[in-house]
Amino acid sequence: MIELSNLTKSFNSGQPNQFTAVDNVTLAINPQQITVLKGPSGSGKTSLLSMIGCMARPTSGRIFLRGVAAALPFRQDGADAVEITSLPERFLNEIRRSTFGFIFQQFNLVKGISVLENVMLPAYPTGEGRAEFRARAVSLLEQFSIARLASQRVELLSGGELQRVAIARALINNPSIIIADEPTAHLDSKLSHEFMEIVGRLKGEGKSVLIASHDPIVFDSPLIDTLVEMRDGAIVASRSCR
Amino acid sequence: MKRAIERHLNILEFTLASLLRRKAKNFSLLAMYLMVVFMLASLQFFVTALKREAAIILDDAPDMVVQRLTAGRQDLVPTGHAAEIARIRGVTAVRPRLWGYYYDALNGANYTVMAGDDTSAKTESASIGSGVAKARNLAVGDLLPLIGYDKAPVMVEIGTIFPSGSDLIAADLIIISPANFQRLFNLPGGQATDLAVTVRNPKELATVAAKIAELFPGSRPILKSEIQRTYQSVFDWRGGMTLMILASALLSFIIFAWDKATGLSAEERKEIGILKSIGWETSDVLLLKFWEGIVISLTAFLLGTILAYGHVFFLSAPLFVQALKGWSVIYPRFQLVPVVDAYQLAVLFFLTVVPYTTATIIPCWRAATTDPDAAMRY
Amino acid sequence: MRRSLQFLLFTATVLAVFLLLPLHARHEQRHSGGELRQLRNLHVTDLCLATEARYTRHPAMADRHAPFQEHPLALEHFPSGSLILPTRLNRDKP
Repeated sequence: MIELSNLTKSFNSGQPNQFTAVDNVTLAINPQQITVLKGPSGSGKTSLLSMIGCMARPTSGRIFLRGVAAALPFRQDGADAVEITSLPERFLNEIRRSTFGFIFQQFNLVKGISVLENVMLPAYPTGEGRAEFRARAVSLLEQFSIARLASQRVELLSGGELQRVAIARALINNPSIIIADEPTAHLDSKLSHEFMEIVGRLKGEGKSVLIASHDPIVFDSPLIDTLVEMRDGAIVASRSCR
Repeated sequence: MKRAIERHLNILEFTLASLLRRKAKNFSLLAMYLMVVFMLASLQFFVTALKREAAIILDDAPDMVVQRLTAGRQDLVPTGHAAEIARIRGVTAVRPRLWGYYYDALNGANYTVMAGDDTSAKTESASIGSGVAKARNLAVGDLLPLIGYDKAPVMVEIGTIFPSGSDLIAADLIIISPANFQRLFNLPGGQATDLAVTVRNPKELATVAAKIAELFPGSRPILKSEIQRTYQSVFDWRGGMTLMILASALLSFIIFAWDKATGLSAEERKEIGILKSIGWETSDVLLLKFWEGIVISLTAFLLGTILAYGHVFFLSAPLFVQALKGWSVIYPRFQLVPVVDAYQLAVLFFLTVVPYTTATIIPCWRAATTDPDAAMRY
Repeated sequence: MRRSLQFLLFTATVLAVFLLLPLHARHEQRHSGGELRQLRNLHVTDLCLATEARYTRHPAMADRHAPFQEHPLALEHFPSGSLILPTRLNRDKP
């Protein structure tokens, strides 16, 4: 469960070119569901995602994460929710690593190293034993039927394969929330449908999925639970699709 | 603890993988780096070992050598001076020495000829250094004709050839009897090249030297400490060898510039952004760069030093021969006794490993501190 | 074996060799010098490093103008001539 309350993000505040990317957003995102943020580019979807994903801090407002306290080395008193906007950098990183998995528009894979290493990359700084996360990475590759590509370099892969590698990488640290920013922007329709299929499978495994997209294949998909429409940094509509 | 070790191992793993991506670039960098360390360390080993040999040899040198100058040129000393110098308080012994140079027209070599004071040996017998033996292809028992001042040959028989282990003092020596020496160079009797003076108390050396200068106004006393100083300045780190160090330093600077110019490309910056976005902290990225610097520079330092040790002490520094030999026909074989100066190696370490590693980390600092969400905005 | 352990093993080996260098040097020093010591009674004042000219062969015994007695351009006995200078007496200076 993610709760956003009065979340605002401004850039260049106090200057003439001040620009508010996210404007006073209050929203509850349900766990183990697929939530889609829909809106044209520049509507604040990416900014919202990066604040939820502990990548950026809001200018004002709060974000509560429920059910992630176990991942933290400490507990905030008297609550099962963690307020993440006030946490120091290293705890934010800790939460980000253990709770969120990211899928980027450009996939953001590291060139020159193998598919397997790319998938394992987020696990390196956690201090987990290599054998353990390597086994997990191999099984993820098998799960997405790209195990045969494990030792290939990523630049030799096709678009669909790249996407699966990116998804496998997002899952390596076993996160409970998957964040995807325009995941289908560089995919054809067939691959986009395939992506939604995989997302459905992840939901079935109990993951929460949060997607920002303006692709009809995503927001018209029968798999999604909640559709949030954004424009100019604010939520214009939010409806349950169930 | 275990997690911290695993984190280091994992990040080192990625460092190695990412270094291997640019195999050609990184291996050539390592090779050039290694060469710089190798040259610097070779030089250092060479000079330190020579210094040690010099110290040992000069330990046996006479406390003071008295020369006579005539019209500003070194001239023969009448042996009569020896008795007068011996009377100065504090002087224990004065020994007239006979030595000079002999130019061998056959091969263009210069030999140092000394008159031995071993009276028991035969007059015709001579001891030669291994350099002379090699230059003239001589063995014990052979006859060596030395051309005298009047073109008449002076025949000497080789009695001893000094082992090559003593090359550093004896490579070009020919030691003959005083009688032969006088015949060879047409030296008048009662004259010596210079006088070797032994003084009981080293503290009195300067006083004795002043007294000798007063007694014989044309004399030039040379103290052992001055000889030692000459060699200090020859071998000193700050001495003539600085030339080569500067050249090496220039080379390392070129490497550095080359590496850094091709260093933090847009691609690398993007890569750091990706790492940040998938959950790497700033410290993880810096650790990655730290390992990157260490892998190259520590490997280069250790291997370079070890190779230099082998080069200088096992192979007798073949790379320096061409540089140091100059016009010499006789060149001693530097079978040096190994010396390792921990301080100088530490200096070398701090001059090579530390700056390189720092230089690898610093340019990444800015890139590593960017917000993780930057990667989402490409 | 993982690459990182391979690297660390390699570095450890090289480091061990590196640390053996001083031990080897000390061992060699203890078992050497015999040949030089035999020539002690020669009381030589100079090292036989560069034999091309007398001011390079016996820098301690040569005076400052010795190079030019050899030849007007005698300092050109490169490289020894540029590295080895005759003794400078310092007793006359304060």
